[in-house]
Amino acid sequence: MSPERATEHPAAAAAAEPGNAYEALNEGDDPRWAYGTGFADPLAGVDTRVPSGVDAADLAGYCLMLGDDALVMSHRLQEWCTRAPELEEEVALANIALDLLGQARLLLSRAGAAEGAGRDEDALAYLRDPGGFRNVRLVEAENGDFGHAMARLLVFAAWRLALLDRLAGSRDPVLAAVAAKGVKEVAYHRDYAAGWVVRLGDGTAYSRERMAAGLAAVWPLVPELFARHEVEARLAAAGVAADPAGLRAEFDQVLDQVLTAATLARPPERPGPVRAAGRAGEHTPALATLLAELQSVARAHPGAAW
Amino acid sequence: MADLEGHFDRTIARDQRIEPRDWMPDGYRATMVRQIAQHAHSEIIGMQPEGEWITRAPSLRRKAILLAKVQDEAGHGLYLYSAAETLGADRAELTDKLIEGRQKYSSIFNYPTLGYADVGVIGWLVDGAAICNQVPLCRSSYGPYARAMIRICKEESFHQRQGYELLLTMMKGTADQRAMVQDAVDRWWWPSLMMFGPPDDASPNTARSMAWKIKRHTNDELRQRFVDMTVPQAAVLGVTLPDPELRWNPERGHHDFGAIDWSELQRVISGDGPCNAERLARRRAAHEDGAWVREAAAAHARKAAARAAREPQEVAG
Repeated sequence: MSPERATEHPAAAAAAEPGNAYEALNEGDDPRWAYGTGFADPLAGVDTRVPSGVDAADLAGYCLMLGDDALVMSHRLQEWCTRAPELEEEVALANIALDLLGQARLLLSRAGAAEGAGRDEDALAYLRDPGGFRNVRLVEAENGDFGHAMARLLVFAAWRLALLDRLAGSRDPVLAAVAAKGVKEVAYHRDYAAGWVVRLGDGTAYSRERMAAGLAAVWPLVPELFARHEVEARLAAAGVAADPAGLRAEFDQVLDQVLTAATLARPPERPGPVRAAGRAGEHTPALATLLAELQSVARAHPGAAW
Repeated sequence: MADLEGHFDRTIARDQRIEPRDWMPDGYRATMVRQIAQHAHSEIIGMQPEGEWITRAPSLRRKAILLAKVQDEAGHGLYLYSAAETLGADRAELTDKLIEGRQKYSSIFNYPTLGYADVGVIGWLVDGAAICNQVPLCRSSYGPYARAMIRICKEESFHQRQGYELLLTMMKGTADQRAMVQDAVDRWWWPSLMMFGPPDDASPNTARSMAWKIKRHTNDELRQRFVDMTVPQAAVLGVTLPDPELRWNPERGHHDFGAIDWSELQRVISGDGPCNAERLARRRAAHEDGAWVREAAAAHARKAAARAAREPQEVAG
């Protein structure tokens, strides 16, 4: 479980609803009984103005990148719900999906505020088309088996932890606060995935084969994680963003350690320059399919209140 | 033997708890295992109708609430299976019984969820009915089950309020949304009443379960309590419960309500509900698709233990 849990629940306010016949159950009402649906506002007391010398459009774009990574990865984990190999994994995968959804909400809200066009987290999540999404392609690829899921989660979490760790020192106090919260969560995600990669790699002959196949399927999407988009380059120079190229050494070290314990070899990588395609809004058809589902209800009822 | 049985009877009579290592009659043990297992199965199968909507939730806040709720249900299943294991049952065997159709789960989960309003109505009515059924189980005579039920009831009441809050929000939205809520209420009302089980005169095990203090109220008593608490909530919400015979009876001090179609419940219990096959097929697929993962974890644990035995000072991953 993540070390930090929700301490304030949005629906807690509904407790005083007229006609509620269940008062007898409200013994102090510990909000941890419904995990991950609220935040101990990590932005409390944080200066939310755009720091001096930082381009607001760049900041909005960068928050979209990190927010979309989390939103789309969370969606792929949500798809595991009721399909996990064991109940403990149901709980853990939902937990990780909730953590990432929470990060996405904060980052999309920050993007909307920096943009200043009145778009909130839901407008950004539900009313953008695929070309407007800035996530890396790793997260949009369709789900495979559990070996694939653990390969992708390990790669994603090892990369994101290195990123958030650096971002905790960002000149933007909001990104710094979001990153500081996220580091604790993603450290758990990485440990969880690493545990399974080792178990499957060093388990049965069949699981070893599946785990190697999962890594092989995910690996072509690894180089893009370290490609630098111009927004990232400008904001890294301004002390706001983490330079993706600078994350590779830590990532390699973590992966080598896990893969050694898993008795697996690192898949070969095609040499040559790689573009930050997802960051530029160039996606695979998998993202369009994913968004069609994610946005279906929201778009079917314009003007509705949820 | 007489002494053991006497001790059991006195424990029950004093309203104290039976604990895992206490002697208990075989019938009590079997009844408890069946009841707890069916409850655990219901939590796990119950993830499906709402789980369908997580990826499609219409706002990120609703998505987080629903995901957390479905995660809670997995957690409930886990600690209920653990409670069953304190009686000597085995989780893997209970899962086999579920996916082979040899053990039941709550029939309510064999109905489909047709729109997002269903998520709210399941929270309000289905979780509401579950709470009515389950609050008395917090005083069940079997200790581990009673303690699990306290936590489960608290979480269920949270889910119930979240569902009701979603419906209140939708009723303040568009006409389209209000129609969705009413439609969902129309579809879920009668199945919710059936959640309390057959009427008392057709419930053969009730007397013994009440004597053992496994069960504290009859099916009809609990059903009446649910109707009485739901009617004012429906009025606040502004929906109509689909029963023309539903009205307050001042003489009884309760609401009268129309006759329940018990043949429908029988049909759904016997496997012929709208989603029985689909629910079991999903659970079976998850179990079978995950077999290689569980085998790998066991194989890895054996290897790690063997390594640790060879080199005791080294902790194997």
